[in-house]
Amino acid sequence: MIINFIEAIIQYEFLQKALLTSMMVGIICGVIGCFIILRGMALMGDAISHAVLPGVALSYMLGINFFIGAVFTGLLTALGIGYISQNSRIKNDVSIGIMFTAAFASGIILITLMKSSTDLYHILFGNVLAVRPSEMWSTLIIGIIVLLCVYIFYKELLVSSFDPIMASAYGLPIRMIHYFLMALLTLVTVASLQTVGIILVVAMLITPASTAYLLTDRLWVMIYLSAGIGVLSSIFGLYFSYTYNLASGATIVLAATALFILAFIFSPKQGLLWNTIKSFRKKEAFSQK
Amino acid sequence: MKAAISVNDLSVSYNGNDALRNVSFTVEEGKLIGIIGPNGAGKSTLLKVLLNLIKKDRGSIEILGKSIRQMRKSVAYVPQRSNIDWDFPITVMDTVLIGTYPNLGILKRPQKEHRAWAFECLEKVGMSEYRNRQIGELSGGQQQRVFLARALAQKPTMYFLDEPFVGVDVTSEEKIISILKELRDNGKTVIVVHHDLSKASDYFNELILLNKELIAYGLVENVFKPEVLNRAYTNQFSSILGGE
Repeated sequence: MIINFIEAIIQYEFLQKALLTSMMVGIICGVIGCFIILRGMALMGDAISHAVLPGVALSYMLGINFFIGAVFTGLLTALGIGYISQNSRIKNDVSIGIMFTAAFASGIILITLMKSSTDLYHILFGNVLAVRPSEMWSTLIIGIIVLLCVYIFYKELLVSSFDPIMASAYGLPIRMIHYFLMALLTLVTVASLQTVGIILVVAMLITPASTAYLLTDRLWVMIYLSAGIGVLSSIFGLYFSYTYNLASGATIVLAATALFILAFIFSPKQGLLWNTIKSFRKKEAFSQK
Repeated sequence: MKAAISVNDLSVSYNGNDALRNVSFTVEEGKLIGIIGPNGAGKSTLLKVLLNLIKKDRGSIEILGKSIRQMRKSVAYVPQRSNIDWDFPITVMDTVLIGTYPNLGILKRPQKEHRAWAFECLEKVGMSEYRNRQIGELSGGQQQRVFLARALAQKPTMYFLDEPFVGVDVTSEEKIISILKELRDNGKTVIVVHHDLSKASDYFNELILLNKELIAYGLVENVFKPEVLNRAYTNQFSSILGGE
């Protein structure tokens, strides 16, 4: 069956495009995801990815590139979340819940109003086997922009994630870095629309990054691992999607989850298995004394 | 001696509640100074406003005759241990290397010479053999020494430490205080938020006693007296100190 899949990849251009696009999505989600989970922003990642929907709809209506609309509504939602939690007693997680559901609901209404060929189902859940060349290229360009930004500002992203107080004391604009990361997040979400869709993109952001987090104690290793795990998830997911005719977003996410469970059990330092064995040996040693 | 810090009529509030009122004092260069006072007295607030992390309502602050903004890179900050995510994927060495960031500026990366310098700072606090450990694997005292090494790596003229002796073993505490005294003897200004009154008189030259307002400031022997301390701690500690 794997041979059939490989033959199909060689044979069909649509499958090659699907594979390339989903591998790129695996890389960029994996990289940005590391910063999302280290800053404790998993919920924020979910929110911003949903908040992209009205922006995509508006862009279709106005006939502009949908990255522009997506970044606009994504950032607007991020600003709204920050504004509400800073200016009232509403806690941050609640503020996130209020704002992103509002954005998402407006997106659904806008798309219904359009009555165009844009399929809500495909935006929400992705359909990587139908990816168009133009979409593949825009994913590639977004990928390059995101990776370059992380490469250039690695030092600043590291210190503002690890010790925001020191970062701010020596003059880094930490609030601007936060919104900059949110902007990158909206770009990544739009780039992932075709592959996993809006609803499941958060899994590609946090699951491979968390798997990597269980495997290393160095940030740069974590970033490479997370990107690699994202790519593997995409390949496995696409294989199951193609072979059993299942929704690509769902199979990719489940592949990522399977890899996470492996790390959760077998990770040399953090894994369930070794920790159990270690504590068992400790008890043995004590009982022998 | 030049004035290292001069604070004039400083007031800070959170959501309309006073945290500090009309605080004025001048600190000379080359002093090791403790900020003491009861819980909620505004000790950490004073440190944060000196670092320009929170806004002041009124008053002025000068560091070596300049604004905080101009001086921020030559001021090092050692955070409270509770403010750090100890599960962060970072090694001891890379933590100290962060100390070189302020003077590197944006875009530049730490080079070999920065790594060598970070290693030297780690040796100074006696932690170089742990350089490849993840920071969460260290004891509280070792963690605090690593963050002191990070501050040293910044080559600042002034050090701010927030409760550095909380949850720290005796060996580490002695090591840290001896380094702080050495820094002072080399002309650096060191300000420490401190809550353990028992050691205050051994550790510091001068004390800033706070309770929302400046209760007293000056040489330890003038501030560390039951009748003065009582004014800040009201009745809390009077029995312990044997006053009244």
